[in-house]
Amino acid sequence: MSPIIDVEHLNYRYPQQPADELTLRDVSFSIAAGEWVAIVGHNGSGKSTLAKNINGLLAPASGTITVDGQVLAEDTVWDIRRKIGMVFQNPDNQFVGATVADDVAFGLENQGVSREEMLTRVPAALKQVNMQDFATREPARLSGGQKQRVALAGMIAARPQILILDEATSMLDPRGREEVLATIRQMKAASDLTVLSITHDIDEAASANRILVVNDGQLKEEGTPAEIFKHGEDLIKMGLDMPYAERLKAALKRQNVQVPATYLTEKGMADWLWQLRSNK
Amino acid sequence: MMNKLIFGRYIPGDSVIHHMDPRAKLLLSFYFIGIIFIANNWLTYLLLFAFTFLAITLSGVKWSFFINGVKPLIWLILFTVVLQILFSASGGHVYWHWGIITISQLGLINGAYIFCRFVLIIFMSTLLTLTTPPLELSDAIEYILMPLKAVHFPVYEVALMLSIALRFVPTLMDETEKIMNAQRARGVDFGEGNIFQQMRAVVPLLIPLFVSSFNRAEDLATAMEARGYQGGEGRSKFRILKWHARDSWATVSFAVLTAALIFLRA
Amino acid sequence: MAITFKQVDFTYQPGTPFETKALTDINLTIPDGSYTALIGHTGSGKSTLLQHLNALLKPTSGTVTIGERVITPETSNKDLKKLRQHVGIVFQFPESQLFEETVAKDIAFGPQNFGVSEADALKTAAEMLDLVGLDQSLLDRSPFDLSGGQMRRVAIAGVLAMQPRVLVLDEPTAGLDPQGRLDMMEMFAKLRRERDLTVVLVTHQMDDVANYADHVIVMDQGRVVKTGAPREIFKDPQWLVAHQLGLPKTTAFAQQLIDRGWQFDRMPLTEDELAADLIAQLPATAFGGAPTDDE
Repeated sequence: MSPIIDVEHLNYRYPQQPADELTLRDVSFSIAAGEWVAIVGHNGSGKSTLAKNINGLLAPASGTITVDGQVLAEDTVWDIRRKIGMVFQNPDNQFVGATVADDVAFGLENQGVSREEMLTRVPAALKQVNMQDFATREPARLSGGQKQRVALAGMIAARPQILILDEATSMLDPRGREEVLATIRQMKAASDLTVLSITHDIDEAASANRILVVNDGQLKEEGTPAEIFKHGEDLIKMGLDMPYAERLKAALKRQNVQVPATYLTEKGMADWLWQLRSNK
Repeated sequence: MMNKLIFGRYIPGDSVIHHMDPRAKLLLSFYFIGIIFIANNWLTYLLLFAFTFLAITLSGVKWSFFINGVKPLIWLILFTVVLQILFSASGGHVYWHWGIITISQLGLINGAYIFCRFVLIIFMSTLLTLTTPPLELSDAIEYILMPLKAVHFPVYEVALMLSIALRFVPTLMDETEKIMNAQRARGVDFGEGNIFQQMRAVVPLLIPLFVSSFNRAEDLATAMEARGYQGGEGRSKFRILKWHARDSWATVSFAVLTAALIFLRA
Repeated sequence: MAITFKQVDFTYQPGTPFETKALTDINLTIPDGSYTALIGHTGSGKSTLLQHLNALLKPTSGTVTIGERVITPETSNKDLKKLRQHVGIVFQFPESQLFEETVAKDIAFGPQNFGVSEADALKTAAEMLDLVGLDQSLLDRSPFDLSGGQMRRVAIAGVLAMQPRVLVLDEPTAGLDPQGRLDMMEMFAKLRRERDLTVVLVTHQMDDVANYADHVIVMDQGRVVKTGAPREIFKDPQWLVAHQLGLPKTTAFAQQLIDRGWQFDRMPLTEDELAADLIAQLPATAFGGAPTDDE
């Protein structure tokens, strides 16, 4: 199967940067349709820049980006943006509409979708993110998590094939984060959406099929969550929280306990401890 | 702090006034201000007040909101009224006279009329803003400006700017309060000292506010572009305005009011 | 410096149609020298309470005693400066308060408002930069040229420069990456030790509460619903869930182990505590030498 996103030898430099400095250096990867890929890296590693290159919000210095068979260029950029929905970090700064329903409709208005069609799509999208009772509310009266769910409803209504989450949960409280993450999981289950999430959050990264580690503008590593999570204490340097089982493993190791080298889920950890105890 | 502003705040409600088309409300409010000047005797003013009270009663908004709407302007009103009393052309019985200052019967009557005009205008415009969400007002303005498209005036863009500006007012008010608190915690006294000190105190508020607004604007522009915004051309509209029978009736009632005023004026 | 609330009520915009009650009958003490965590879900009244700690807000009824100073509803807005110098507040996303041309001037801004001369304030600024772990070379840079994490440290230095005795931190790690969060929390712990500060931390991160705090105040719907040591607060998971609060990761995991038959004399709060408790219950074969699964 051909990939839905294909990035080849991508280089990117911000206009104010000196010529020999690059924010992204020779980044290549591809993502299959229906995959959920997490991009991790510490602040300033270039991961947000990478996301903004994929839908042409930033223009690469060199390299090729192909989305759903179309090579990103000036004449294809608007087609490609239609295929990609993007949710950003700050819930306030991406809320365009004066009310919840207006905001959900904004992307549809841009595509020239007819009003009759919007009148069915907007309420349906709000229902899917469980915000149907808020359609006429103004953003000032919503929590951060609710605003991000409205942003997701905007994506649902516009029906993109790819969803890019640029640290979409990082400014939320734990409850808002859970709500948003649950909504994304449910969106993913409802359609064959491809998800690309840029995150520090371990729960978000654990939801992915694959993790790409970006550091210093380069793609350093890629693997399944289990492969990446076994890095233990080095995960923090990669810009990712440590899964709890790894934290406990590190603490046990400090006390000289022999711990398995493979990644354990919390349940796996509990099983292992139980077995260890019974092993007298 | 900013929340004290009552004037111009929308109070949600379910009245016939709330449900009127914002275009009708906006145009009729302006029209009302025009016809106030037809009134020139007690009977006509009484009629205007009766009409305004009826409208306010229909809206179901509490009276206190309207009184509060007048309060901030009371000194300006009284100042104008006093000027009118003291300096207007004298007529009728003269009660007091000194140099060019005269208190006459006509002056007092004129002063009272001016006071009535102020109160009527404030009541009616307060009624408009209290019963119409800002967004609907901006929609109404968009429709009213539509003929300007003929001369290539960017009506859609202006309307979107207006609606985004309105949407960010509460956000920026929160931001202002946050930054003020942060600077007060660093020892800044807002609203104290002489004018020079007060001006200096505003710098640590305004610069962060500008910086954050620019950042927000940039984020917003990026988000809009990502969602396919390419300017007003080719966009469809989710929000439309509908003219109902009640709007026609309101218009008719204003026509009747105008006729009555012309008939009753001196 | 201790802070005590007695029967504090606070209402926003009293007597207007927009009146809202934010705090009800608050009685609490933030002990001198403590590391107090203030927790509660969004909208529980934490930020309103926080603004009472240096009299940015005054109670609608009741009294707040900050050190020697008693704040009542009648307290005049004048001469609150001394108080604000003693209680430094680092608000959420404090980088948004930066405004000066250089880092040095911005850090020196606070002290100068409290009557310190410009030269002394600039000298303090240089010291503060060390304290927050930034390089001296940044002093003459514009704060707007720095990275987000550096800007935040400059803003914190600006509060520390006032030499406060109480440091109030409102979600100080929001939006930072994991390494940045860890460094920031360690920095506050170090500051507290070295400068003998009373710290008040407002947070949603229960792990930070477990790792750093020695006193916890839980708020819900504008009231204080529980106070005590972290272990006291976290021993009842159901109660926390009912107040929309989480558990430290360790406590949540220990709870899973308890459900499977483990027993702990105390509720473990940190992974090191849990590791110690586990080791006490593990056979000797688990340590060192041969791999465990050979047994």
